[in-house]
Amino acid sequence: MSKVISDIKDALACVESGHTVLVGGFGLIGAPLSLIEGLTEKDVTDLTIVSNNLGESGKGLGILLNQNKIKKGIGSYFTSNRDVGDKYQKGEIELELLPQGTLAESLRAGGAGLGGYYTKTGVGTDLAKGKEEREIDGVNYIFEKAIRADVALIRAHKADTLGNLVYYKTARNFNPLMATAANKVIVEVDEIVEPGELNPEEIVTPFLYVDTIIKAQQVLTKEGVVNK
Amino acid sequence: MTSMNKTDMQHLIAKRVAAELEGPCVVNLGIGIPTLVAEYMDAGNIYMHTENGLLGVTDVEEADIDPNLVNAGKLPVGEAIGASYFNSSDSFAMIRGGHVDVAILGALQVDQIGVIANWAVPGKNIMGVGGAMDLLVGAKKVFVTMSHTSKDGSSKLLKECTYPITSTRSVDMIFTELAVFEVVDKQLKLVELMPGVTIEELRAKTEADFIH
Repeated sequence: MSKVISDIKDALACVESGHTVLVGGFGLIGAPLSLIEGLTEKDVTDLTIVSNNLGESGKGLGILLNQNKIKKGIGSYFTSNRDVGDKYQKGEIELELLPQGTLAESLRAGGAGLGGYYTKTGVGTDLAKGKEEREIDGVNYIFEKAIRADVALIRAHKADTLGNLVYYKTARNFNPLMATAANKVIVEVDEIVEPGELNPEEIVTPFLYVDTIIKAQQVLTKEGVVNK
Repeated sequence: MTSMNKTDMQHLIAKRVAAELEGPCVVNLGIGIPTLVAEYMDAGNIYMHTENGLLGVTDVEEADIDPNLVNAGKLPVGEAIGASYFNSSDSFAMIRGGHVDVAILGALQVDQIGVIANWAVPGKNIMGVGGAMDLLVGAKKVFVTMSHTSKDGSSKLLKECTYPITSTRSVDMIFTELAVFEVVDKQLKLVELMPGVTIEELRAKTEADFIH
């Protein structure tokens, strides 16, 4: 069966209420904007969203947030969307804040079949509270659990029809990591090509990680988000 | 010292920090005053790293702005010759693994052993940490840039931080509009007074103990 799907609704059929969903991007840069919009049109609730930010106010994941579909957010920098603070204050959303490097490494570990890892980051701070501390060769580390999810929604630049992916500039960010750490991986891309057209030396995400490919219908331009 | 406007103050600090950088080295710039440091660096010999996945950051002309090419502050940047892109986990492996020579960060408070607080304010929602904690534990050297006092005139160099700390690691140098300090053996050491500043003025505006 082909991985390439034209209807976003079909691509998102696997997302269910209560799911944990990884969403790529650093703010709107490298965020799967078409898939996020698809999610805002789908009747799902109680989602746990793992993403560096929860979009911006009224944009990207910010729309999903305002629809009260997000039960919990796991990320490193929610400050970019002031609505997150308001919701948190009202007790309408749970938040788990992780240092950005820890968020990235937890996804990497999740994708690589590890249960977790020890890191120096956060030792002795409020974010280490409740985490196991261990001394290794005279240095203190804390244990961080790996992150895995039901679904990953990611953005790449080009895919071949097998699902090999290449990225574009700083839109890469968390996307290749999230591609490895979910049961179902859905990618939106600018361009879909035939196998053999991508240089094997330059493929960042090999096809075995990718389940579904759609063509992006929304792109980030200098003027903001534009429908294609 | 006569009062100066905020922009002049920020540029004064940025210029002084830039003079401290010796190439060849890899530098990570935080948001705020650190971003301005780039304007004063000897760019040929210094490579900039940004944690959202680029080694080799340069400035960009308005006409060449690419919305998918930004720094950690989500500001548009350019791609230097010899630049490379990588994912967030590789980027933080560079930071945590000690491969970045200098991190230049802003701070809300610094205590007298050089421990900083720069990610949360008590009583407010704790909403963002970003890469600050990773940079503090990983960069070979950490430089802090900040205004010497808060808006109400109180010292930001304190005996002890009252805000949540970012790391137990002491930073290496602190740059304000009044002075430059080095942290030596868990003590603040005055390296120099900024032009027009007297030691009396510095003492009056500094809560932390320092030696010189």
